[in-house]
Amino acid sequence: MFEIDKWQEIYSTVQKNKLRTFLTGFSVAWGIFMLIILLGSGNGLENGIKENFKGGAINGVWISSGVTSKQYKGLKTGRRISFTNEDYKMLKTAIQGKDRISARLFLGNNLTSYKNNYGSFFLSPCHPDYGYIKEVEILDGRFLNELDILDFRKVAVIGEKVKSELFKGRDTVAMGKFININGVLFQVVGIFRDFSRNDNELRRIYIPISTAQRVFNGNNVINQISFTTGNATQEEADLMISTARMMLSNKHTYDPEDRQAVELWNKNEDVRRFNALFSGIRIFIWIIGIGTIIAGVVGVSNIMMIVVNERTKEIGIRKALGATPFSIITLILQESIVITAFAGYIGLVLGIGLLELIARNLPPSEFFRNPEANLSIAMGATILLVVAGTVAGFFPALKAAKIKPIEALRDE
Amino acid sequence: MMINIKNIHKSYFTGNNSLHVLKGIDLTIEQGEMISIMGASGSGKSTLLNILGILDVHDDGIYYLNGIRIEKLNETKAARLRNQYLGFVFQSFNLVSFKNAMENVALPLYYQNIKRKKRNVIAMEYLDRLGLKEWAHHLPNELSGGQKQRVAIARALITNPKVILADEPTGALDSVTSMEMMDVLSEINKKGITMVIVTHEHDIAARTQKTVRITDGMITEIIMN
Repeated sequence: MFEIDKWQEIYSTVQKNKLRTFLTGFSVAWGIFMLIILLGSGNGLENGIKENFKGGAINGVWISSGVTSKQYKGLKTGRRISFTNEDYKMLKTAIQGKDRISARLFLGNNLTSYKNNYGSFFLSPCHPDYGYIKEVEILDGRFLNELDILDFRKVAVIGEKVKSELFKGRDTVAMGKFININGVLFQVVGIFRDFSRNDNELRRIYIPISTAQRVFNGNNVINQISFTTGNATQEEADLMISTARMMLSNKHTYDPEDRQAVELWNKNEDVRRFNALFSGIRIFIWIIGIGTIIAGVVGVSNIMMIVVNERTKEIGIRKALGATPFSIITLILQESIVITAFAGYIGLVLGIGLLELIARNLPPSEFFRNPEANLSIAMGATILLVVAGTVAGFFPALKAAKIKPIEALRDE
Repeated sequence: MMINIKNIHKSYFTGNNSLHVLKGIDLTIEQGEMISIMGASGSGKSTLLNILGILDVHDDGIYYLNGIRIEKLNETKAARLRNQYLGFVFQSFNLVSFKNAMENVALPLYYQNIKRKKRNVIAMEYLDRLGLKEWAHHLPNELSGGQKQRVAIARALITNPKVILADEPTGALDSVTSMEMMDVLSEINKKGITMVIVTHEHDIAARTQKTVRITDGMITEIIMN
């Protein structure tokens, strides 16, 4: 079926009608190009948004104290709720089925130095479990441990960027060195990288929360509690969250419906919401893309109809010489598939090329990064092309097969 | 008997009008015979040739080609029979314009699934036999009328057919070339290939062994030349 003769014939008909073939091919190429760009951009959007979810376990629940916005039991609005170590201990023992739990203190950016190198870095006192909840990746040394907490050790786990800014020149070894944070010396016991590779995340210093409370603010205040729900199902996780909500509202006397007094953020819920959104966007993109391709296919079909009309006589000759209807059908179909596939492939390559160009030159933002058309998209598009070519050629081929040699050969 | 037809009828329908073109034709053509069919335009001679060529189907009657009953064939079977037993020569040559002389000659073998190289070798042999070897790689529009018709004859011969059906083979040629063409066809006939030529020229018909005259869809006269 795919004999050299047919290729030669396709080549010669294409040669005879360069402009027409170009225009036809262009409509298909354009359709595929648009589909790839749309899908790639959709992926870029998705990657951008998903980046914001990185750097934290997917099953994490984050509880932050805020200000009341509802009156409750005679108490007025606008009261500031503040957590203490007791809240942490209470949730730690009370929430059934949780996996890891940590409290955090917000101390903001602090002047930090090592010898003559200075920098301002975000100080993040926490419990050892926080490393797991935040999915911190240890490059060297270790994360915080229980003994650090119990013994109020002055140890620090520093981000990659902290290390590169404080330990320059000849002093590139950070492990075991003492850095000065706001006038207090801490020994570096670990260097980490954050999964998100986000600059802000890498400019952090983790220290034991107990040490921080003792040296920096002298009391038992904490700002945030986070825990992971382990392998809990959605219902079990929801139960944990409502338990936490009830216990905190009882203890701090605020309306459990008051979302601003204590903010509970369930990451998993957000992820699911966005996944639903993106599958919606993807369906939408495919509909538009396929619509564009259908327009191209109709174009090819039209052109093939004209081609069949023009070749009526030739097809008549072939039939007189012994061409079966099947061989005529494959002749036309093959031409249609070749035009569609070739043009579509060009569109595919151009689309992927443009996406690569964008991915390389556009700085990743919060909403857009790494627009990509992966292998499965390319495969899908290729299959789509062959199907499109077949559909486009089908009716013209059928028409060609029905040509009667005596009518085609009648001398005018 | 190569061709044997009995009481062939054929009508064409256009809208509500029907046109009875062939009104009961009986004809026997022996193997190796060379006959001509003559008649005024509209007499039904081309229709008869189309039926003999299995390009058209008869409504009624019996047609045997080389002992095979030709009746209600599907298109694929008809195509195979044409390819196997018949060769066609047309007034307007009917060469494929974008194929060169050799490829045109080789085309029927393509439908016999013969490999390209072998096809082209055989096609060259036939072109050589018709004195067109040097023209093998020329496109039809680079050839003269006589050359085109020789290419068409080579194409008709390449499958080694039992019968060659020629519809006004000299209609588009000048008288000198016409006579040359008849020499070629007689030469082929002498090798045992049955030849049926439709023409309206008397000097062409005179070169055949037998002339069948058709008037209004019926055979009115058979003249031995």
